[in-house]
Amino acid sequence: MKLKLRVWRQKNSTDRGRLAEYNVDNISEHMSFLEMLDVVNESLAGQGIEPIAFDSDCREGICGMCSLVINGIPHGPERGTATCQLHMRKFKDGETITIEPWRAKAFPPVKDLTVDRSAFDRIIQAGGFVSVNTGSAPDANATLIGKNIAETVMDAAACIGCGACVAACKNASAMLFVAAKVSHLALLPQGEVEKKARVENMVARMDAEKFGNCTNQSECQAVCPKEISVEFIARMNREYFKASLSPKSEIKGED
Amino acid sequence: MALDSKIPQGPLEKKWQSRKFELKLVNPANKRKYKVIVVGSGLAGASASATLSELGYNVSCFCFQDSPRRAHSIAAQGGINAAKNYQNDGDSVQRLFYDTIKGGDFRAREANVYRLAEISTAIIDQCVAQGVPFAREYGGTLANRSFGGAQVSRTFYARGQTGQQLLLGAYQALERQISLGKVKMHSRHEMLELVVVDGHAKGIVTRNLVTGKIESHAADAVVLATGGYSNAFYLSTNAVGCNVTAIWRAHRKGAFFANPCYTQIHPTCIPVSGDYQSKLTLMSESLRNDGRIWVPKQKGDKRAPGDIPEAERDYYLERKYPSYGNLAPRDIASRSAKEVCDEGRGVGEHGRGVYLDFADAIKRLGENTIRERYGNLIDMYERITGENPYKVPMRIYPALHYTMGGLWVDYHLMSNLPGLFVLGEANFSDHGANRLGASALMQGLADGYFILPYTIGDYFATHKKPKVSTDHAEFKKTEAEATAKIQKLLSVKGKRTPASFHRELGHLLWEYCGMARTEAGLKTALAKIPVLREEFWKNVNVMGEGEDFNQSLERAGRVADFMEFAELMCLDALERKESCGGHFRSEYQTAEGEAKRDDANFCYAAAWEFKGVGAKPELHKEPLTFESIHLAERNYK
Repeated sequence: MKLKLRVWRQKNSTDRGRLAEYNVDNISEHMSFLEMLDVVNESLAGQGIEPIAFDSDCREGICGMCSLVINGIPHGPERGTATCQLHMRKFKDGETITIEPWRAKAFPPVKDLTVDRSAFDRIIQAGGFVSVNTGSAPDANATLIGKNIAETVMDAAACIGCGACVAACKNASAMLFVAAKVSHLALLPQGEVEKKARVENMVARMDAEKFGNCTNQSECQAVCPKEISVEFIARMNREYFKASLSPKSEIKGED
Repeated sequence: MALDSKIPQGPLEKKWQSRKFELKLVNPANKRKYKVIVVGSGLAGASASATLSELGYNVSCFCFQDSPRRAHSIAAQGGINAAKNYQNDGDSVQRLFYDTIKGGDFRAREANVYRLAEISTAIIDQCVAQGVPFAREYGGTLANRSFGGAQVSRTFYARGQTGQQLLLGAYQALERQISLGKVKMHSRHEMLELVVVDGHAKGIVTRNLVTGKIESHAADAVVLATGGYSNAFYLSTNAVGCNVTAIWRAHRKGAFFANPCYTQIHPTCIPVSGDYQSKLTLMSESLRNDGRIWVPKQKGDKRAPGDIPEAERDYYLERKYPSYGNLAPRDIASRSAKEVCDEGRGVGEHGRGVYLDFADAIKRLGENTIRERYGNLIDMYERITGENPYKVPMRIYPALHYTMGGLWVDYHLMSNLPGLFVLGEANFSDHGANRLGASALMQGLADGYFILPYTIGDYFATHKKPKVSTDHAEFKKTEAEATAKIQKLLSVKGKRTPASFHRELGHLLWEYCGMARTEAGLKTALAKIPVLREEFWKNVNVMGEGEDFNQSLERAGRVADFMEFAELMCLDALERKESCGGHFRSEYQTAEGEAKRDDANFCYAAAWEFKGVGAKPELHKEPLTFESIHLAERNYK
């Protein structure tokens, strides 16, 4: 395959950045999208051009490190697929492909196609856990959890934290990411005790990180590589509403 | 130097209990006076960081990814073993211990493996308490599946994403400690050197991958949980960033490297499709529960799989190993696949593949059940290959997956360098010459949640060493070494990219130190590696600058270390004149083509001491003694 790539190049967080064009040849349709970029980088190095910086690690769609807005769509045209699992057979010979980084105020640029997503870690720090120290757990089968609940929980817990939901949203909202964690833990008896404080604190952190609000357009669900449903956003809103009606002492878990 | 494994006296089942009582404690008020550096944030690193912090220690955790949640443990698919015996099918700590040590072809320490089996049950409790969504039965109890190398169902799982869910559990525990201000997280930092002061590990030198800044970090102990070295082979199931650098740099500073030749080839990966390939994708071994592995009986049979009648198919694992069938251990399943392909009966374009067929399982259980069990794996296969496994059988082939070798550690998980602890895949301790499926997650979490938190306190209580700060001359010297290496890589300005060298090294290792090794092949590799390494340092082209986000430089540094490490791996494979587990020397096999151990001469762990690049390392042997079990030829028939 022959392709024309328009790739976002940005030296660092203070550089303005621009789209650079590269004509590439000899691309196999069996390559993954990132392997195509590897090949391009090898050839750029040969021409004395610094390779394009982009994040990736597991390359099997689970670590959430890869990103890229491909022709305007986070993770590209194939549904339920992270960029690293997208293959060139989904593109046409001769096609022009535009490749950009995630763009959101809460994800500052690092270099080229790489951004800083540490805001997601800080949201988890605000409450995305069960406060249980190592060693204090009861027998695993002491807590019964219905199969259907477990399945729904797993649907939410499947989130890979890639940030495509933010990149797709015109408001750069992180609602789907936050809702997935809130729902995962709120649905389980283990997460029950802290659920009110959790949702309040995580939402507050999300706002403080300058993620926008949700206006129910479901772009996030459409690009999510794990196809996490916006129903979880509704669930989070419900949890948030319930928490807002509770006395503060109950939220903090105090007597 | 005699290696002291510190295995406790007494009966096997009492060893860990009695050692826990013997270990000296650090009182709660004093724990906050100690600082621990943890490198790596996978299952072992994250669980250790969180747990040490809960106990009161000050922890600094480092990872090269942009978030600790990305560590490659996340990609483990199938499950985690535990001797819960919830299925009432005859499981016990003793049986999990025996299966694991037998699976490892009797090349692991008895006491370590027993402890692992003993701790396994607490891991499941801990993970469930964190909210890890393991699969459930309708009544709400935990579900189990069976896995290779076992005849009981003891594997706990969360769809095909068990590693992800366990890691997120540990990551969330870690993030909780970060929010409490007790763990300082350093993402996008790579460890370049270990700092040793008066024989004790006292810190590390890192590179900030965004700014390129070289920094020193001092502590009272250093924990390496940096994973395995499969990427020495270029193509493996590891994430592209996985590397040997941290443990190799520690090895260069005096830590012994044990059993580097014990590498595991996983039988169920998607076959290689071309030269551009950056990694190989694993299809969880759990698929072998319901998938049947076969090739055509006829050589060069190019018919579509559906057109080959039952009578002309060879379900070779079921034929050769009737009692374990498709669930034979990984090394055996891998070699069998290679054999049938070598005979010319392989399938797919290049003839390097075998079928993994779900047709019978779909007939028996329905497509929905199969989708429920393996849906995400099957979807992943379809995305990569463009073929639908509900309709046509998958094609699979073995690939490098896991490395049992690693830094030598004693029963306390401490290396021969006091104050340097090594956890998870980075150490050599529990899997012998072959790891059973669903045991890596178990080991990583056992080390981090339940072993290190006990043993590290004993080190602090018994070694009252003065505090060392980063102003110490040794830090300055080590920083200068790290900076010099980077400058050297940038100054070569040759013609070849780091990736091209990596690919060449990988081909060489796969060819000569892969699934079947021979004396002649290994000698060839040992002659070729130094030549390639020399060319690397003369002809590598690293673009960009040191004080910048520079992925080409990161890659180059890792490849440089693989180049040195590869020689040690081949040497270890050459010196181990026997076959055991994942180490298969063609000269040493039984009449049936199985691995033939030599217990009289090789029942030891080979711990290598670094003597300089290109210089022959010194071998130290830790004899393996078996008090409670009888060494048998592995038999899965």
